Amino acid sequence: MANSTTKEPLIHITKRGLLPWYGAWGIRGGAILLALIFCALVTTVVTGQNPLSVYVTIFNASFSTQRRTWVLVQNIAMLLSVSLALIPAFKMKFWNLGGEGQMLAGGLATAACMICLKDVFPNWAIILCMIVGSIAAGALWGFIPAFFKAKFNTNETLFTLMMNYVATQLVAFFIIIWEVPKGAGKIGIINQQTQIGWLPVIGNYKYLLNVIVVAVLCVAMYIYLGYSKHGYEISVVGESERTAKYVGIKVSRVIIRTMLLSGAICGLTGMLLVGGTDHTLTTSITGGRGFTAVMVAWLAKFNPIWMILTSFLLVFLQRGASEISTVFGLNQSYGDILTGIILFFIVGSEFFIQYKINFRHAAGKEEAHV
Amino acid sequence: MFDFVSFIPRAVMQGIPLLYGSTGETLTEKSGNLNLGIPGIMYVGAISGVIGGFLYESSLSSPDAIRALPAILIPLVCSMVGSLLMGLLYCFLTVTLRANQNVTGLALTTFGVGFGTFFGGSLIKLSGSSMPYLALSASSAIYRRTLPFAESTGWFGQIFLSYGFLAYAAIIVSLVVAYILKHTRMGLHLRAVGESPNTADAAGINVNRYKYVATCVGSMIAGLGGLYYVMDYSSGIWANNAFGDRGWLAIALVIFSIWRPNVGILSSILFGGLYILHMYIPTGMNLAIKEIYKMLPYVVTIIVLVVTSVRNKRENQPPQSLGLPYFREER
Amino acid sequence: MDNALNTPAAVEMRNITKRFGSVVANDSVSLEIRRGEILALLGENGSGKTTLMNMLSGIYFPDAGEILINGQPVVIKSPKDAFGLGIGMIHQHFKLVDVLTAAENIVLGLEGKMDLKEAAKKINSICKAYGFDVDPHQKIYDMSVSQKQTVEIVKVLYRGADILILDEPTAVLTPQETDKLFAVLRSMRDSGKAIVIITHKMHEVEALSDRVAVLRAGKYVGSMLTKDTNAQEMTNMMVGRAVTLNIDRPVPVNPKPRIAVRNLTVRNEEGVVKLENVSFTANSGEILGIAGISGCGQKELLEAIAGLQPTESGSIVYIEDNGQEEELLGKDPLRIQEMGVALSFVPEDRLGMGLVGNMDLTDNMMLRSFRRGHSLFTDRKTPHHVAENVVHDLEVSTPSIATPVRRLSGGNVQKVLVGREITNAPSVLLTAYAVRGLDINSSYTIYDLLNRQKKDGVAVVYVGEDLDVLVELCDRILVLCSGRVSGIVDGRATDKRQLGMMMTRIGGQENG
Repeated sequence: MANSTTKEPLIHITKRGLLPWYGAWGIRGGAILLALIFCALVTTVVTGQNPLSVYVTIFNASFSTQRRTWVLVQNIAMLLSVSLALIPAFKMKFWNLGGEGQMLAGGLATAACMICLKDVFPNWAIILCMIVGSIAAGALWGFIPAFFKAKFNTNETLFTLMMNYVATQLVAFFIIIWEVPKGAGKIGIINQQTQIGWLPVIGNYKYLLNVIVVAVLCVAMYIYLGYSKHGYEISVVGESERTAKYVGIKVSRVIIRTMLLSGAICGLTGMLLVGGTDHTLTTSITGGRGFTAVMVAWLAKFNPIWMILTSFLLVFLQRGASEISTVFGLNQSYGDILTGIILFFIVGSEFFIQYKINFRHAAGKEEAHV
Repeated sequence: MFDFVSFIPRAVMQGIPLLYGSTGETLTEKSGNLNLGIPGIMYVGAISGVIGGFLYESSLSSPDAIRALPAILIPLVCSMVGSLLMGLLYCFLTVTLRANQNVTGLALTTFGVGFGTFFGGSLIKLSGSSMPYLALSASSAIYRRTLPFAESTGWFGQIFLSYGFLAYAAIIVSLVVAYILKHTRMGLHLRAVGESPNTADAAGINVNRYKYVATCVGSMIAGLGGLYYVMDYSSGIWANNAFGDRGWLAIALVIFSIWRPNVGILSSILFGGLYILHMYIPTGMNLAIKEIYKMLPYVVTIIVLVVTSVRNKRENQPPQSLGLPYFREER
Repeated sequence: MDNALNTPAAVEMRNITKRFGSVVANDSVSLEIRRGEILALLGENGSGKTTLMNMLSGIYFPDAGEILINGQPVVIKSPKDAFGLGIGMIHQHFKLVDVLTAAENIVLGLEGKMDLKEAAKKINSICKAYGFDVDPHQKIYDMSVSQKQTVEIVKVLYRGADILILDEPTAVLTPQETDKLFAVLRSMRDSGKAIVIITHKMHEVEALSDRVAVLRAGKYVGSMLTKDTNAQEMTNMMVGRAVTLNIDRPVPVNPKPRIAVRNLTVRNEEGVVKLENVSFTANSGEILGIAGISGCGQKELLEAIAGLQPTESGSIVYIEDNGQEEELLGKDPLRIQEMGVALSFVPEDRLGMGLVGNMDLTDNMMLRSFRRGHSLFTDRKTPHHVAENVVHDLEVSTPSIATPVRRLSGGNVQKVLVGREITNAPSVLLTAYAVRGLDINSSYTIYDLLNRQKKDGVAVVYVGEDLDVLVELCDRILVLCSGRVSGIVDGRATDKRQLGMMMTRIGGQENG
């Protein structure tokens, strides 16, 4: 009879109250540490190298030379830029997985300006056209799914995903139109001699302009989401569309406006990539940042300031992982495997931030740690 | 004149990997899991099969010593185990740890594609091939054996009999999945779990078990799509990145077939056709326009997505709890 | 009844304790449920009624105590175990899958080969036995609330349940549907089933139950035969002290027309007429009650006035003190606000519409005021003060201003919502089911607040479901019947019976 009380499951999971920020970041830090240990073990098994040298390699990838550090900073800036573009949409619970396509659209518009207007306008006017064109193109790419979401509640996750491939094919189309030389299947460096449409270099720092633009964007986004009326409307729509309607917020307008903004920033990022760093256009110029940014944004819980940290983390790890592949003679994809493993650890660790595990005999007080 | 007799078999062969992928994803989505890791899983399914086949072929004294049964079974089992592990990983993160499905799926795809190309690259190196690919011609020949009379029955044979067994298996699997979803208790329970896990739970259905089983079986089915692609479609030749974005297309196909695997059979062939249409449309020297044709499957998917949402018929909507984690004590 | 003494009780719960974190939901509760008897389980919100019953139906597992079914100790770990023991629970929120048919929902969770044809036959025979009307092949999303509830009941009967638990089953039913349900429950009792009903409505307890058991703050207070007690005594037991059940009704001071609705017709999205040719006036300094069976146009009426519901024809005008009229129809809430009309609306769905559950009190106060001023940025200081005032004035019990409102209890959520809506000194206050699900104490706080608004000259519109309250609280009562005005009566000169008749027939005349 007494056994009626002993059949309760051994482990009981309950939702936690809010953890203080240091608790949450402690758990995340622990997860990353575990992930690094695991990755080093895997690498040791695959290559037979001493795990310590694996860590040194990861670190060197970003910090061994000044140039590498600059590349790191530039990469963080680009990833952060896309992530900043995505968070207004995510806060609205609009899963914009179309960052890739919106960036490509912006990059395509930029390349079009650089190629087609080079003999028509002076350089400053071309750069102006690039800015306006890339923003417009990105915004258009964001607008299309937003319009259908607002009007017919069309699933945006899948719509934006498909829009990526439409953009990719469009870029592929123009690459063949503009290919240099004919039949090469690629554009090569645009305006290599004249440098028309290349974004200006501040001092001797090649990427400084991009970094400054993104830094400004980051602060602006923080203020926009946290303190502006628009930002408040976005949160209300994200939490409950019916409440938004009840207080007179026009939901379709907010959805479309927010996605225009989201797409526009993605488009601008495409411009920074094509006009600022790469000076060419390929279908893979985005480097999967549209997807990586989803994780950057999500890990930072959509907070622009924390996103600096999470984008640093992801870029640092990705560069480290790809450096491991080079140094130990593995192919480049090894980096993707390590990135994947690290992400699994971080994604999994969120559970321990949100929930508490109670063991039956522990009277509900014990907390499980990672 | 448009050559249907040669076009249709090509479209079918393009469609089969998509069909496997979409059948697997449909099963997964019916349990409420939106698995965006399918592209990665299909890569893993392919490379695991290739690894199995490679080990078997290298263990042989000569290519002629190959026997049909192990040549088929070893890659098949390896492929299924590989994709099963991916499915388990996804479930562990999203069901047990209730992680965000979109983020987990994307990470799984990064991992899976990386895994595929890494081991693909390593195998190519190991095989000492001077070309950037690996060929398992002997095993593939067995996978590609067509039905009898495929040659002798003219256009009929070409259109209906000229495929390897995995192609027919794909159609059978889809029909079986469709039947299970519609006509069995298991299918009813699974649909309930995807629509309203709360209700299913109160009715005494083990929600997590259904999610695990559906997602893992779905992953294994999707993985077979990868296996079919290497062993049959591309004649046993593994080249890195050849599989391309077919995984995403498979996810699109789920929407296109409005979550019905039996509809998926025809729509996958249609998608396969759209995918290769650019090779059959005379474009002359204009290569650029081919890129526009390649856009077709995605554009068509978008149109279907929009049309189903405009018509807003309850039966054609995604499962209601798609993408949401389930926790009993959260009310 | 003699052998009831010899045979063991259908269910015996002994010293059941259940904790959620630090909250003790049930504290050593012992309860007996007998066959051939309808037991009414009473208690205020949060007294642990639903938790206790959820332990019988396998949703929760007790921390301590034991359960005996037919005298045998049992362990109920899951809903499946509960079915096996013949226990079926009909939850307050229906547990049905919308896209499945009635038959598919009914067999959900059972084992063995699925044969829907056979199931349909069995469903039809159950329906015949109890006088239900269920089409096994109809999809749930095509059904009305009462049809859905019938499916729920058939579902538990299909599983052979002989111990039925119903959690507030009448909250969504019309009086006729309620009568029908009660008739069914009585016939089930007479066939020897054990029935538990959780409800707040005293007249239902008196009309239906044989015995009542009362819980208070998680503890078992006592049980008695219904025929030996009365509403006042039961209420006192629930609350733990003597309560006056009278509601204050001051005489309106200088009422003037404030809102005039003229010939309003509304169709919903499916093109069904929800309001037809509705005309009435709401006066300042007066509470206008709106009665009607649920879903016959109350929601559409309030939402039309608030600018949330597209209308087909007619007009809604706001009349200022100087007699100047302004059309509200075709304007959204934002425009109405911009016109300077101070219109407040307490909607039925508090956390889904009136408030944002995940936001704290300050941000929820901001919902109404965030647009103020020409700055691009929001002002958080004022709403913070408002939140502090509401918490202080209405005695909202909350850990802090920064607590998300979904963590508050039902009564406190409603206080926050009403508090915000009256902060802006409204001239019109619309309320929909303002006390639904609230316990007696919170309900009286809300009546008080409405009366204070009335004294301040606000035109209050009160949509309610409890006729007793409507008759005691409102100055005038408008009765809706299938979207049409059945009549407008003086609250002081009417009674429940008259309202009930008007709700079912236009004008309420009994002529065949």
